[in-house]
Amino acid sequence: MKPLFKAIAAASITLTAGYVAAFQPAVVYDTAGKFDKSFNEAVFRNGVEPFNADKGVVVREFEPQNEEQRTQSLRRLAQQGASPIVAVGFNFSSSVEQVAAQFPNTQFAIIDSVVDLPNVQSIIFAEHEGSFLVGALAAMATESNVISFVGGMDIPLIRKFACGYEQGAKYVNSDVRYIQNMTGSTPSAFNDPARGSELANSQITQGSDVIFAAAGGTGIGVYQAAADAGVYAIGVDSNQNYLQPGTMLSSMVKRVGVAAYQTWEESLNGEWEGGIKVLDLAAGGVDWALDEFNEDLVSAEMQSRMAEIRQAIIDGEIQVHDYSSNNSCDY
Amino acid sequence: METFVTIILILDAMLRNATPLIFAAMAGMFSERSGIVNIALEGKILISAFAGAATAFVTGSPWMGLLAGILATIVFAQLHAFATVTHNGDHVVSGLAINILAAGLTAALGNYWFGQGGNTPNLVNRAEELNARFQPITLPLADWANQNIPYLGYIYFELISGHYVLVYLAFAAVPLCWFILFRTRFGLRLRAVGENPQAVDTAGISVTKIRYAALLMCGILVGFSGVYLAVALTAQFSPNMSAGKGYMALAALIFGKWRPRPTLIACLLFGFLQAIADRSQGAEVFGMAVPVQLVEALPYILTVVLLGGFIGRAVAPKAIGKPYVKERE
Repeated sequence: MKPLFKAIAAASITLTAGYVAAFQPAVVYDTAGKFDKSFNEAVFRNGVEPFNADKGVVVREFEPQNEEQRTQSLRRLAQQGASPIVAVGFNFSSSVEQVAAQFPNTQFAIIDSVVDLPNVQSIIFAEHEGSFLVGALAAMATESNVISFVGGMDIPLIRKFACGYEQGAKYVNSDVRYIQNMTGSTPSAFNDPARGSELANSQITQGSDVIFAAAGGTGIGVYQAAADAGVYAIGVDSNQNYLQPGTMLSSMVKRVGVAAYQTWEESLNGEWEGGIKVLDLAAGGVDWALDEFNEDLVSAEMQSRMAEIRQAIIDGEIQVHDYSSNNSCDY
Repeated sequence: METFVTIILILDAMLRNATPLIFAAMAGMFSERSGIVNIALEGKILISAFAGAATAFVTGSPWMGLLAGILATIVFAQLHAFATVTHNGDHVVSGLAINILAAGLTAALGNYWFGQGGNTPNLVNRAEELNARFQPITLPLADWANQNIPYLGYIYFELISGHYVLVYLAFAAVPLCWFILFRTRFGLRLRAVGENPQAVDTAGISVTKIRYAALLMCGILVGFSGVYLAVALTAQFSPNMSAGKGYMALAALIFGKWRPRPTLIACLLFGFLQAIADRSQGAEVFGMAVPVQLVEALPYILTVVLLGGFIGRAVAPKAIGKPYVKERE
C-alpha cells in the first residue's frame, strides 16, 4: 500500500510541476461582477477578450460572490498553477498580500492598490488627471453653473476622482458650484442603482446639470436619472457613452483592460516585473472619451479647449492635486 | 422660499424612498401576523424586481412586468409556505434559503437570458423606441397650480403630483391592508392564527389554509415593491439591487409594532432619513462636516434607540415562528 501511495504522490507532484510550467493567465473580478458595464467589464472587454483572441491563450476567470471567496479564489488559482493572476480592485489588497506571500513563485497583479511584495505588480492609475479633464468638460457644458459628483463607496480612491473633477471644473470656471455625494461606506455602495438615481435626483433639484458618477453599478441609476431629467451625466472606467446616448456628455476612461492585457503579455514574453506601475494621462492610462455617441454634445471649440488642457497636464503645466497623496482635497 | 423648496424636495424624496418599504412592510405584516417570520422579504423583492424587469423588457409593457413580478413572488411566497406550514420547517432558515436562492437565481437566469452578467437590458431605449417603464403621473392642474397658487400650488405640483402610479398605490395599500386585517373575518382569523393557532383550529378553521392565504397576500404586496425598484425607480434589474430594503421593511414593521399606521410612519421615517442622508453630505453642523457613515447609520441607530427606550415594548404575535402541529393523541 505504502509504495503505491508514494508513487501516486510522486506522480501528482510531477504533474503539478508540469502544470506550473504552462502559461496560465488568470483574472479574479471584484464582487460587482464581470458585467458591471464599468470597471470589471473594462477588464473583460479590453483585456481578457482581446488577449484570448490575440494570443490564443484562454485567460481563466473567476467572479467571487462574497468577501470570503476573494482569498480562496486567489489561492486556488495559484495552487492550480495560474500566473500571472490579476486581481481587479482595491478590495483585494489584503487577499493578494496574504496569498502572494504564500506563493512567491506566482506572479500577481493588483489594480488600484499597492501591495509591496516582489512578486506583485501594483497597477495604479492617475484618476485625478482623467477626472480633471471631465471636470473641465463639465464646467464648459453646464448652463446652471452647478455640477455634481456621485461616488460609490466612500474611500480615498473615490475621493481622488471627486477631487480631480472639482479641480478641473474650478480651473475652467472658478465660480462653478460643486455638489458631492457618496453612496455608502460598504462595497454594496458600488451596486445600488436605486440609491444612485435618488442621489442624482437630489443633485438635479439642487440645480446640477452635469453629474459625474464614479460608482460602478450604482452609476447606471445616476445616468438613468440624468436622462429622465434631461441633464448631462459623465460615465466612468469603461466608455459608457453608449448607455444613454444624448445625455452622456463623456466618460472618464480608465484603461484597466489594457493594463491587465499588458501584464499578461509581459509575462508571456518573460519581461514581467513586480513593483508599482503608474498609468497616467501621458501613459494613456486615463483619458476622456469622445465617440459617435457624444460628438454632437461636445462642440469643436470645447474639443480644442480640452486638447489644450490635456496637453498642459501631460507637459506638467497643470499640476493636478492627488487626493491620496495627503488624504485631503486642498489644492 | 428656498428653505421651503428644500423641505418639499426632501419630503418628495421621502415618498420615493418609502414606497418599496411600505409595500414590503405591509407584505411582512400579513405573513408575521399569521405567525410566519418573514426574513425572506429581501429575496422576494429581488425576485419580483427581476421578473418584472425581464418581462417588461420582453413584452414592452410595464404592466405586464408588474403582473409577472407579482406572479413570481406569489410562487416564492407559496414555496415559503410549503416549507414552513406544510413541512413545519424553521422560518428563519427557510427564509434565508429563499434570500440566497433569489440572489443566485436572478443573476444566473439574467445572465443566461440576456448575457449581461445578470443585468436585464435597459427598459428605455430610444434607438429601438422601447419604453417599458412606468412614467410619472402628472395630476390634473399641477402646472397651473404651481404657477398661480403660492406655496400650496408648489406642494401640489412637487410633492403630490408627479409620482409613479406605484407610489400612489403604496399609500392606498395601507388603509386597504388595515381594513382586511382588522375589519374582515379573514383578517380576524389571520390574526388569531398568529396568536393562538390551537384555538382557531378548535373552532374548525384550517390553520394551514389561513397561513397559505396570508403568504399569498404577502406575495402580492411584495411583488409591487420589487417591480417599483426595477421598472419605475430605475429602468433595469441588476443583481442584488434590493440592497437591504427587505430588512429595512422588516425593521419598520417591528418598529411599527405590527400595526399598519405606525408601520407606515416608520417607513416614512426611514425614507425621510434616507432623503436627509442624500442631501446632508458635506453639510456642516457646528463647524464640523457631518460624516457620511453616521448619517447612513441613522435609520438603524434610531430603530435600536427608539425601540429600546421610547416607543415601549414591541410585542410580536404570540405564535410567531412556531410551526403549528395538531395534537394527535
